[in-house]
Amino acid sequence: MNREQALLAYVSRLGDNALILGQRMVELVAAYPELEEELANANFALDFIGQARMFYTYAGELEGKGRGEDDFAFLRDENEFRNILLIEQPNGHFGDSITKLVLFESFYLLLLEALKRCADQRVAEIAARAEKEIRYHLRHNTQWFLRLGDGTDESHERVQGSLDNLWQYTGEMFAADEIDQIFAASFNGPDLDAIHDQWMMNVTAIICEATLAQPGDGWMASGGKQGHHSEHLGYMIAEMQYLQRTHAGATW
Amino acid sequence: MVASGISREQVLDWLSEVPDPEIPVLTIADLGIVRGVTIDSEVIVELTPTYSGCPATEVIEQSVIDTLHAHGVEHVAIRRVLSPPWTTDWISDEGRDKLKKYGIAPPEQGASKRALLRGNRDIACPRCDSTDTAVVSEFGSTACKASYKCNDCLEPFEYFKCI
Repeated sequence: MNREQALLAYVSRLGDNALILGQRMVELVAAYPELEEELANANFALDFIGQARMFYTYAGELEGKGRGEDDFAFLRDENEFRNILLIEQPNGHFGDSITKLVLFESFYLLLLEALKRCADQRVAEIAARAEKEIRYHLRHNTQWFLRLGDGTDESHERVQGSLDNLWQYTGEMFAADEIDQIFAASFNGPDLDAIHDQWMMNVTAIICEATLAQPGDGWMASGGKQGHHSEHLGYMIAEMQYLQRTHAGATW
Repeated sequence: MVASGISREQVLDWLSEVPDPEIPVLTIADLGIVRGVTIDSEVIVELTPTYSGCPATEVIEQSVIDTLHAHGVEHVAIRRVLSPPWTTDWISDEGRDKLKKYGIAPPEQGASKRALLRGNRDIACPRCDSTDTAVVSEFGSTACKASYKCNDCLEPFEYFKCI
């Protein structure tokens, strides 16, 4: 894989993470039990989808085959999406959704901070825009995580279950493959080992403050970054792509 | 040379008529999202989005094109500029006054420093200026606003988030 191919794959993967998480959150629109969280979720989903659009538009330009953001989102199959497994997991209950966001956004914020300094100007610009948004998300979601963990016996027990269940998907975020390595070497990209150390420190502090038990080292699921997904992604993509697949090129 | 004879100042003046679709009391000039105007064989307007997912971005771009067309400028191109990212510090003083009169508390100045401080903020009620206010929700009717209430005059109000 050469430098240009790695850049395209890297940018497209950033778009996949943003889109798939955004789409998961869209599933919860109009389903939240109270208005503040309803608005928070919808606003956050919109930020992710906006970020996906910017990454996909750039990916299309890099590829140079005339594909635009919609082609990346609506006309690719499951195995062409290279998002990590964590974010395609079903929403579950409120504690599951919040835990997933805290685990991912704690990583994503550090990643964006590093990407702001990368050598590819466009990626750096998108990252600088997105970083401000994710910082706001994380502040809000962390507050919920603390309240659920340090809340009632019921909420504590349930969010501990969320953490124990989702922890196995966190390893993939830091497992550098060829694309990450080339991007790090050729574009001054993120050092995933360093991000892992910082993430662990931040997340440990949040878990501790939430009076929860940190899951120990164990088996970590992987494959999303290579296009091997859990069963959940296919259903989600089928719903997301239905209209464009059925009525190709439909606009309104 | 369709665009000859038009000055940059003239174009900026026309653009100052274009309202923000979500907060129509503000123009795009008040918001500080017009980054540049270049006059060549076409008029190139550089705009920056406020939020990545802001649904107003495309509406604003179309309004800019329509406004310039209405003034007889035929060839208009929009360039999206992402860097440096937009901050609420770029909202003009005039824009802040308009927001306040409209009932929306304007964002604090110094967004970059504020972002580091998670502590208390004194948000003044746009109606009675009391700083005895409380956050109702960090989120409001659009991505850029939060919901507050005033403990003195008891009115609810929106606060333009500081980013």
